[in-house]
Amino acid sequence: MRFVRRNGLFLSGYLLVAVTVWIVFMIVLPQLYMVDFSFRPNLPLNEIGGPDDKYTLENYRYLVFGRPTDEALLNWLHLEVFFRTIIASICVTLLDFCLCYPLAYYMAQVARGGRTRLLLLLLILPFWVNEILRAFAFRLLFASGGMINTALLGLGLIEQPIDFLRADVALYAGLSYAYILLMMFPIYNAVESLDHNQVEAARDLGAPWWHIHLFVVMPFAKPGIAAGCTMVFMLSAGALAVPQILGGPSSLWFTQVIYDWFYQGGNWPQGSAYAFVLLIACILFVLLVMRLFKVGLGEIAR
Amino acid sequence: MTSQTVLRLMVGFYILLFFAYLFGPLVLMGITAFNANSYPQVTPWEGTTLQWFAELAKDDQLLEGIGNSLWIGLGVICLSVPIGLAGAIIMTQIHRRARPIYYTIIVSPVLTPGVILGISTLVFWDRMGTAFDADYESLFYDGIFLTIIGQSTFISAYCMLVFLARLQRFDYSQEEAALDLGATNVQVFWQILIPFLRPAIFSAAVLAFLTSFENYNTTVFTIQAESTLTTVLAGRVRMGTTPALSALAVIIIGVTLVGAVSYELLRRRESRRQAPGADAVKLKKRFREPQAAAQAPQA
Repeated sequence: MRFVRRNGLFLSGYLLVAVTVWIVFMIVLPQLYMVDFSFRPNLPLNEIGGPDDKYTLENYRYLVFGRPTDEALLNWLHLEVFFRTIIASICVTLLDFCLCYPLAYYMAQVARGGRTRLLLLLLILPFWVNEILRAFAFRLLFASGGMINTALLGLGLIEQPIDFLRADVALYAGLSYAYILLMMFPIYNAVESLDHNQVEAARDLGAPWWHIHLFVVMPFAKPGIAAGCTMVFMLSAGALAVPQILGGPSSLWFTQVIYDWFYQGGNWPQGSAYAFVLLIACILFVLLVMRLFKVGLGEIAR
Repeated sequence: MTSQTVLRLMVGFYILLFFAYLFGPLVLMGITAFNANSYPQVTPWEGTTLQWFAELAKDDQLLEGIGNSLWIGLGVICLSVPIGLAGAIIMTQIHRRARPIYYTIIVSPVLTPGVILGISTLVFWDRMGTAFDADYESLFYDGIFLTIIGQSTFISAYCMLVFLARLQRFDYSQEEAALDLGATNVQVFWQILIPFLRPAIFSAAVLAFLTSFENYNTTVFTIQAESTLTTVLAGRVRMGTTPALSALAVIIIGVTLVGAVSYELLRRRESRRQAPGADAVKLKKRFREPQAAAQAPQA
């Protein structure tokens, strides 16, 4: 064993035990148990491991088709929530990209060192504030008796308060706010390593500004853009606090459905099945981004 | 007015808007904490008050949540810093062929939604508890323990990334020199590797604590009957908005800002000290000062 000879007995013991515990008992086995659990029926405690504890696809069938007794063919309630979560997360991701890219480019290529450092520090600060409190701040702004409505009423622009929460405006604003910095930093880091001479050269050769961005800067910053998009999508699709606080009374997020299976439905296998579907959707999204941008996983998770 | 000036004005306006978006909601929320109005509002201003802060001190549920959050944060540091360190060291030693798959596995928790980490931890330990016939007082069902485990799953990966970044600059000839001079492996580890990694250990511990302290998605599943600051907060915010929550936000923002700024400053000082050429600058300064002093009397 070269490993043991290199590190000595004590050290290799520590390294192997720590990493084994982490990989086996914290990463791999829990995921496998969750998947295993999702293929089982919801049984009372004393029947687990009994004759009824057989593998079944019932939990997944339920997500697509609902109860056999239902009139509708498909379980539209949950399917709609699922697809809305995915599509809304993609929209949030695109919105964050559009908001971040100009500032990231400005900080990385245009601004001088001192100002860039100040802007970066200012960007980091709100990121340290608790996600729930950030959502709470948005609730204060967007509630029907909130500050925006009060201001609009006071200016006489509207006569009835607008229900931003029900219209999901608050939800999308809050989600794009919550994870915007995870879009900013990867793009900034990528654009920063671009040699400014390339931009100058393109300009001297007569490229219009949008050509420079589309064909010079963005292809160069591809790994950063991919990383930012992946992180923001993952976090939005997996967000729980923001939809709980800012979602309207009728709008559910897929994580909220999962939460309800665990805490109100008391049906853990069903909740596990839904969680697994969400995980698969996220993995597919990452693979899609990796394929679209032609980047590796190592470049995304940095 | 040239087109350059117009462009510059537009960029400035954009940056202004962006930071208004970042800070505006937080600042307004902070202001509502001092308004006597019982619905958190900026207008009408019904008088400046500190009563909402006083209300917090009487809130036992909240205080218990904060206490639990602190303990969980310490537990997460103790678990995820050593694990992250081990993960990073093995990453540098593992066979090149196995490296991508190993990296994919240990980095996967970062890319997994937090709710799924919480659920899988909860289900795994629950099934283990059932398999071992453990009673409900045991660790298998303990909310605090499960939360530490669940959070450490991905916080260890954060720590690993911090250590990996630092290890990339490690000069392995130091290690070889020490071994050639007769040091044992354990001595090399404690006296060369750990001192070199000390700033990274500090960063990783701070990162681990803050991440744990503000985590909600994983915690909400693993915590069960117990409570943490974030779960209490989320429950309160969903029930209704009171200025007491704004007051709490002001305190938390204040504490995290002081922490974040000092962490940022420390980190910068550290990286400046590590930056190539920093030592030379220091040396130059030391040599220039006596010269300057010598020149002063002549002038």
